[in-house]
Amino acid sequence: MTSSNFRSWPLFLVLAVISMPLVIMYVYLFVDTVTDTTAGSLIPDRFTLHHWRFLWEEPETGRVSIWTVTLNTFIFATCTTLINVSASVTAGYALSRLNMPFKRFFLGGILTLHAFPTITLIISIFLILQMIGLYNTLIGVILVKAALELPLGIWIMKGFFDNVPWEIEMAGLQDGASRFTVWWKLVLPQVQPGVAALSVFVFLSAWSEFILPQVLAPSGSAQVLSTYLSNLIFDDMKPDFNMFKSVGVFYALPVIVIYLIFNKQLMNIYGGGTKG
Amino acid sequence: MRISIENFTKSFGDTTVIEDMSLEIGDGEMLALLGPSGCGKSTTLFAICGIHRMNAGRLMFGDADVTEVSSQKRNVGVVFQNYALYPHMNVYENIAFPLKVRKESKAEVDRKVQEIAGLVHIGELLQRRPMQLSGGQQQRVALARALIRKPDILLLDEPLANLDAKLRLEMRSEIRRIQLATGITAVLVTHDQVEAMSMCDRIALMDKGQIVQLSTPKDMYESPSSDFVAGFLGNPPIAFLDGTVADGGFRLANSQVTLPVPSGIEVPGEGAPMRFGVRPEFFQPGNPLKVPGKVSFVETQGREELYDVTLENGAVLRSIQSQNAGFKLGQEVSWGIEQDRVLAFGPDGNRL
Repeated sequence: MTSSNFRSWPLFLVLAVISMPLVIMYVYLFVDTVTDTTAGSLIPDRFTLHHWRFLWEEPETGRVSIWTVTLNTFIFATCTTLINVSASVTAGYALSRLNMPFKRFFLGGILTLHAFPTITLIISIFLILQMIGLYNTLIGVILVKAALELPLGIWIMKGFFDNVPWEIEMAGLQDGASRFTVWWKLVLPQVQPGVAALSVFVFLSAWSEFILPQVLAPSGSAQVLSTYLSNLIFDDMKPDFNMFKSVGVFYALPVIVIYLIFNKQLMNIYGGGTKG
Repeated sequence: MRISIENFTKSFGDTTVIEDMSLEIGDGEMLALLGPSGCGKSTTLFAICGIHRMNAGRLMFGDADVTEVSSQKRNVGVVFQNYALYPHMNVYENIAFPLKVRKESKAEVDRKVQEIAGLVHIGELLQRRPMQLSGGQQQRVALARALIRKPDILLLDEPLANLDAKLRLEMRSEIRRIQLATGITAVLVTHDQVEAMSMCDRIALMDKGQIVQLSTPKDMYESPSSDFVAGFLGNPPIAFLDGTVADGGFRLANSQVTLPVPSGIEVPGEGAPMRFGVRPEFFQPGNPLKVPGKVSFVETQGREELYDVTLENGAVLRSIQSQNAGFKLGQEVSWGIEQDRVLAFGPDGNRL
C-alpha cells in the first residue's frame, strides 16, 4: 500500500496477531498429516506418508475403500446438483414469467420452506424412505438433499430470470422461435451466471452434507466421505488422529479447489442480472 | 402487405385500453401511430405482431385472417424500443437467429446476413457484441434482424426514443430509406410528432384508445379535426384563444375585442363557446388583422426567434419570426393574425 496519509502496518500487525490461532490450526492440520510428533511437542520429528496409507492400502475387513466412498460422494454431489439445478431453472422461470394459478401462494411457500429448519423433518423422511425401500441407498439421500435445497435454488433462479428483459423473449417469438427455443437459447444464456453459481453452491453443500447421509444411509456401500470420516473416530478402539486429519484434508481438498476456481461465480449468487 | 384491423378491442383486467378500433394500412405504406403515453398505440402494435391477443375484432394481413395465428407464424419483423438484441450473441448471430430457427443452410444464412448488413451499413461490425455498439449501431442491428427473413410487415416501437438528438435525426432518415428500399409495409409507434410527420406516409393520431384522426402529415397539420390534434402537431405548438360567438364574430373571453370568423365556417349559435387556434407562423407583424399585446417571452432558436405575446385578456399567442426582428421582452406590439389560416373549434373541441 503506497497511500501516505495513514500507516497501515499497525493495522496489519493487529490483524495478524488476531488471526494467528486460525492460521496455526490450518498449518498443523496439513503438517500433521505428513509428520509424526511426540505427544506434548509442537515440533514435528519426522516426515512420513504413513497417515495417508488409506489411499493405497487394502481396507480392513468390514471397511469400505476410500475410493468407493469418494466416488459415492462425487455421485451424490453431482446428482444432487443436476436434479436441483434442472428443477430450479424450470420452476424459477415459471414463477418469474408464467401466469400460473396460485403464484403468490407458491412464492410464499418457497420462502417459508427456505426458512424451515429441515432437520425437524428427518424422522418423517426416514420413515418414508424406509417405507418405499430407499433407506440406506444413495438414491434416497440424493432425492432428499436435492429437494431440501430446492427452495433456495428456485428463489435464486427466479431472481435471475426476473432481470432478463421481456423484450428479448418477445423478439425471439417474433423471430419465429418456439417458447422452448426462446427459453433454451435466449433466456437461459442470460442467467448462465446464476446457473453456474447455483451449481457450485449446491455441489459444495452436498459434498459437505453430513446429517442426511448419517441418518438415511449410515452404513455399507452408500457411505459418503463425511460419514466415513465420522466412522473413523467412532468405530476404532484406538483412534488414529493423524489419519483422521489426513482423511479430513483429502475430503476438504475438492472444496478448496472449487472455491478457488469458482469464487467469482459464487459472488454472483446474490447479484443477479444480465451484465453482457 | 395490406393490414386491416377491424373492430379491435383490448382490455387488461377491468381496464379497456382500446375499444372498437378499425384501421386500414395500405401495402408498402409507412403509418405512424402517434399519441400521448397510455393512448393504446403500443397495445395496437403488439396486437398486430401477436404478443397481445385481441379481446374482440379481426386482424387481416392481405386476405388472410391472422387473428388467431401465433406470433411465430405471422411473419412480422419488430424493432423494440430497447432493441432487445441478444446480449450473448455477436451481431452476426443476432441477425442470423431468425434464419437459424428456420434451419436454413449455412451458405444461405451467410449470404442473407451479408446482404442485409450491407443494406443497413453494419458490414464491418458483424463480429462485435451488442454491448460494444453505440445506440445507433444497435438500432441498425435490430432493424437488420427484423428484416432478414423478409417479413410482410415491419413494426417499430418507439425506435428512436433511446437515441441522442443527433443520432435520432440520422436514424430517422435511415429507417425511412430502408423502408422505401425494401418496400415493406411499416407501422411506427411514437409519441414524437416530428418523427411521425417526417417519416411516415400517413399518421393515425390516437387518444384514449381511439383513433382521433387518420390522414397524411400535411393534411393533419393544416386541417386538424379537433383542438387535440391541432395541439399535438406542430413545433412550436399552436396557441389557443378562448371566447364566445358574438354578433356572428368571435369575442375573446374577458375582453371587448371581437375577431371575424374565417370564411366558410358555420358559426354556432350566439353566445356559444368557441376556440381559435393560431399557429405561430400565422401570427406575424405584417398581417392585417391586428391584435395588441405585450411580448412576454423571447426564445432564440438560431435561425428563428420565438415570441410569446400576452394579450390584454391574459391569453397568449405565439409567433415565430426570422432572426434579427429585434423585438424586446416587455415591448408593446400589435401583430396580425392571418385570418384564413385560423382554425376554429366548437364547444366540443371539434373543428368547425
